[in-house]
Amino acid sequence: MPRYTFKEFKSDQEVRWCPGCGDHGVLAALQRALPDVTEILGYSKERYVVVSGIGCSSRLPYYMNTYGFHSIHGRATAISTGIKVANPDLTVWQACGDGDALAIGGNHFIHAIRRNVDINIILFNNQIYGLTKGQYSPTSKFGAITKTSPYGTVEPPFNPGSLVLGAKGTFFARSLDSELKLNEEIMLAAAKHNGCSVMEMLTNCVIFNDGAHKLIADKEVRADRTIILRQGEKMIFGKNRNKGLMLDGMGLRVVTIGENGITEDDILVHDAHSENVGIHMMLADMKYPDFPVALGVIRDVEAVTYDDGVRDQVELVKSKSKIQCVDDLLRSGSTWEVK
Amino acid sequence: MEQFPAYPDSRSISEVKASTPRANAKWLKRTAMVLIDGDTFDEEGLKRAGLKSDDPITELYIEDRAIIIAPITTLTEESLKDSGLDPKTIVKCKNMFTLGMACYIYNRPMEYVFKYLEKKFSKKHPELIEPNKKVLKDGFNYAANIQAIPNTYTVEPANQKKGLYRNITGNQATAWGLLAASEKSGLPLFCGSYPITPATNILEELAIHKSLGAKTVQAEDEIAGVCTAIGAAFAGNLAVTTTSGPGLSLKSEALGLAVMTELPLVVIDVQRAGPSTGIPTKTEQTDLNQALYGRNGECPMVVMAAHSPAGCFDAAFNAAKIALEHMTPVLLLTEGFLGNGSEPWLIPSMKDYPKIVPPFALPNTEYKPYERDPETYVRKWAVPGMAGCEHRVGGLEKNHAGVLSSDPQNHALMVHERAMKVEKVADSIPALEVFGAESGKLLVVGWGGTYGHLLSAVQQAREDGLDVSLAHFDYILPLPKNTSEVFSRYERILVCELNSGHFVNYLRGRLPEFKFSQYNKVQGQPFLVQEIEEAIRKNLQ
Repeated sequence: MPRYTFKEFKSDQEVRWCPGCGDHGVLAALQRALPDVTEILGYSKERYVVVSGIGCSSRLPYYMNTYGFHSIHGRATAISTGIKVANPDLTVWQACGDGDALAIGGNHFIHAIRRNVDINIILFNNQIYGLTKGQYSPTSKFGAITKTSPYGTVEPPFNPGSLVLGAKGTFFARSLDSELKLNEEIMLAAAKHNGCSVMEMLTNCVIFNDGAHKLIADKEVRADRTIILRQGEKMIFGKNRNKGLMLDGMGLRVVTIGENGITEDDILVHDAHSENVGIHMMLADMKYPDFPVALGVIRDVEAVTYDDGVRDQVELVKSKSKIQCVDDLLRSGSTWEVK
Repeated sequence: MEQFPAYPDSRSISEVKASTPRANAKWLKRTAMVLIDGDTFDEEGLKRAGLKSDDPITELYIEDRAIIIAPITTLTEESLKDSGLDPKTIVKCKNMFTLGMACYIYNRPMEYVFKYLEKKFSKKHPELIEPNKKVLKDGFNYAANIQAIPNTYTVEPANQKKGLYRNITGNQATAWGLLAASEKSGLPLFCGSYPITPATNILEELAIHKSLGAKTVQAEDEIAGVCTAIGAAFAGNLAVTTTSGPGLSLKSEALGLAVMTELPLVVIDVQRAGPSTGIPTKTEQTDLNQALYGRNGECPMVVMAAHSPAGCFDAAFNAAKIALEHMTPVLLLTEGFLGNGSEPWLIPSMKDYPKIVPPFALPNTEYKPYERDPETYVRKWAVPGMAGCEHRVGGLEKNHAGVLSSDPQNHALMVHERAMKVEKVADSIPALEVFGAESGKLLVVGWGGTYGHLLSAVQQAREDGLDVSLAHFDYILPLPKNTSEVFSRYERILVCELNSGHFVNYLRGRLPEFKFSQYNKVQGQPFLVQEIEEAIRKNLQ
C-alpha cells in the first residue's frame, strides 16, 4: 500500500473558519495523524468516516477527503454509534463542540462512553457558542460574561475529563489547539485504542472568546501551568523541569525537585493503563492556579467494545439457532394445516 | 383484496386455572387472550393439573395466544389483607380481581359490577360489598399499570384457502416483514429504537432473531434511536426505527436529516391515542398529519399504512423495498389495534417475494452524491468502504455534486427534486382497488387499520341492497395513480377515519375537484361495524 501524506486527507473545500481560530490546528493535526494511523494499523482510506454535529468545529468533515457526515446539533455521537455498529470494519472519527456534545448532545455523549463504542471523539472546547455568535456553553467558567450572561453566568461548568471518567470512559486525553506534535501523538493513541476515545482539545475562539485558555496556553507560562503526561514517565513539568506531582494523603501535591529533600524518585510515574480511575480523575480535575492542567493521554484502558459485543452476539446466535432464513422463521412455532 | 368479516371480540377472554388447563386449552380460540394466575403455576399446582414440564404455555400449545401471567392470588391477598375477611374468603375474591383486569382490558365501566355486587350481597353479606369493590378496582388498576392491551382483532375467515397457517400479531408481522426485506436485499437489518407502548414488541421481536443477522440497539432515547438508524443507513444497512406518537414527535428533526441526506430509512409508527402521553394502550389514527407535515422545511417522505395484523408483514416489506430502491425515508403507520391484534395467516413463501435492489454506486467511478436518475429522481448510494467514492452528506443544502450551496435557484431545484422523487414512487405501487361496484352512489374511503370494520360494514350494507363500495388506502404519500379516476366513478365519497379528518383534508388539498363527506371518531377505540353502517345509510338518504 502506498504511504499517504496529509494531502490525500485534505479535501478541495475552502476552509471557512476565522483566521486564527484554534480549529485550524486540530484539523492540521488530524490530517497529519491519519497517514500514520493508516500505515501503522494497515487501514485503507475508504474505511474512514468523519462525523460531526452542528457548530463551528462540526464543519470539519467537509475539509477531510474521506466519507463524511455533517449531521444535526448534538446527535453526532448517536450517528457515529449507528455507523460503527452497522459496520464495525469502518473507522469513525467525530468532531463536536462543547455545546454540541455536552449540552444538547450530552445524553448521547455519556451513553456512547458508557457503552464503549469504538469511535474517536474530538471534543473542541472553546467554552463558548461560536456559530450562534457568543452565548455561554456548559464549559464556560463560572461568572463568564457572554451575550446571554451579561452579568456573568451563575452556573458551574462541566469538566469534560471528569464527565468522561465518571461515565466509565476507557480513553481520555486533553491538549491545546496549538500543540501540533502532541495532538498527532494523542490521535494515534486514540486510533490504537479499542473503544470510545475522547480527546478534549482546548481551542481558542478569536472572535467570541479570545484568550479562552490563555492563562495556561500562553507561550511564556505554558510550561509552568500545564503538564504533559506520558505513559511510564515521571510527572515532571515547568520551564526548568524541576516541578512534579506527588501523592499527598488522598490527593495530589505540586512539589519542587531539590527543595525540602524532594528528589525525582518521589515523583509519580504516569500509568494511563491503570484500571484504578482515582488517580486519573485527580489528574483530569487539576486546575490552574493550584495545579498545572494535565495534557496528554490521561486514561487508556482495555474493555470490551459495544460494537464487538453486538457483532459477536449475532454470530453466536447464528451458530446455534435452528432459524437460518425467513422461511424457517415463518414456519417456526405453532402452525396448522387447512386441507 | 382478501375478504373476511372482522369483529372486535370480547368473548374470547379466558382464565386458565391450574386444575383445568388440559381440559380448557383445546377450546381456546386462536385469537383468545389468556389471563393466568401465575401463583398457581408452582410445582404442586402443575402436578395437580397433570402437567409434565415447568413451561405449561408451550406444553399446552398455547404460546401463540395473547397471554398475561399475573400473580393474581398474591395481589388479591395483598389487596384485602386489612379487610377483616378470613384468608379463605379472601382467596375466593380472586375472580373479582380478574374481572377488574378484564374491565380495563375491554374498556368496560366497573359501575355495572358495583351495582351487581350491591344487589347480590346487600341482604345476607353486606360486609362483602366493599372488599369485592376494592379488589375489583385493584385488578383494574393492575391491568392499567402493566399496560395490558386487548387482543382485539378476531378474524375467522369463512372459506379458508388450503395451506399452512399460523397466528400472528401486527407487531410480530412488522418485525418479520423487515427481516424478510433484509433477506431479499442482502443487507443486514439494523433497528435503533427506544421502548414505547404499543411499539415496543417490534424491537423485542427483532432482538430475538439475531440468527437472521438483525442488530438491535436499544438507544438512550427516541432521538438516538432514529439517529443510530440514520448512521446505519449511511453505513449501508437496512435501517429501521420503531416508535409511537410522542416518540415520532421527538424524531422529527432527525427525519428531516434523513430526507435531506436522501438515505433509505424505515420508520414504523404504531399509533396510539394522543396528544402528548394520551392513552398509550388505546388505538387511534391521529398521527397522519404529523407523518405528512410534522417536520421543518419542505420535507416530504413516503407515508404508507398497514390494514390488518398479518398485513403488517407485506406493509413492512414494501416500506423497506421503497426506502432502499428510492433512497428515501418511508414512514409506515400501523396502529395499536393492529400491533397487538392477531389473526390467522396463510404462511407465505419467500420465493414469492421480489428481490430488493438498491441503486448502489460503482467503486472508483466519478461519484456525485446528489446526481439523479432522470426518470425516478433517485440518487446513487455510495457506502463507506467503497473505494474512490468518498463524499460528504449532511443537513445543509447542497448541489448535485454534494458541495454546499445557498444559491436560490439550486435550493428551489433540490426542493423540487426531493418532492418529485417521492411522487415518482407512485409508479412502483399497486393501483387502488375497489370492493363492491365499479361505479355507483357512494364510495366509502378508509386507510390503515379500519379496513376490517369498513369492509364488514360495506358488505353488510350491500347485502341490504345499498349502493355502496369501499376503497381502502395502503399508500398515502404518494397516492395510487388511479385515485382520481376511481373517485370520479361515484356520486359521493365518505371518508371514515379514527381522527378529526386528517386524510379527508389531505384528499381535499390534493384532489380539490371532488366533494368529500367525512365520518370521524376520536375515542381511543376502533370503529364499530354498526356505526359505519349508520353513517352509510345517512349518507345515502
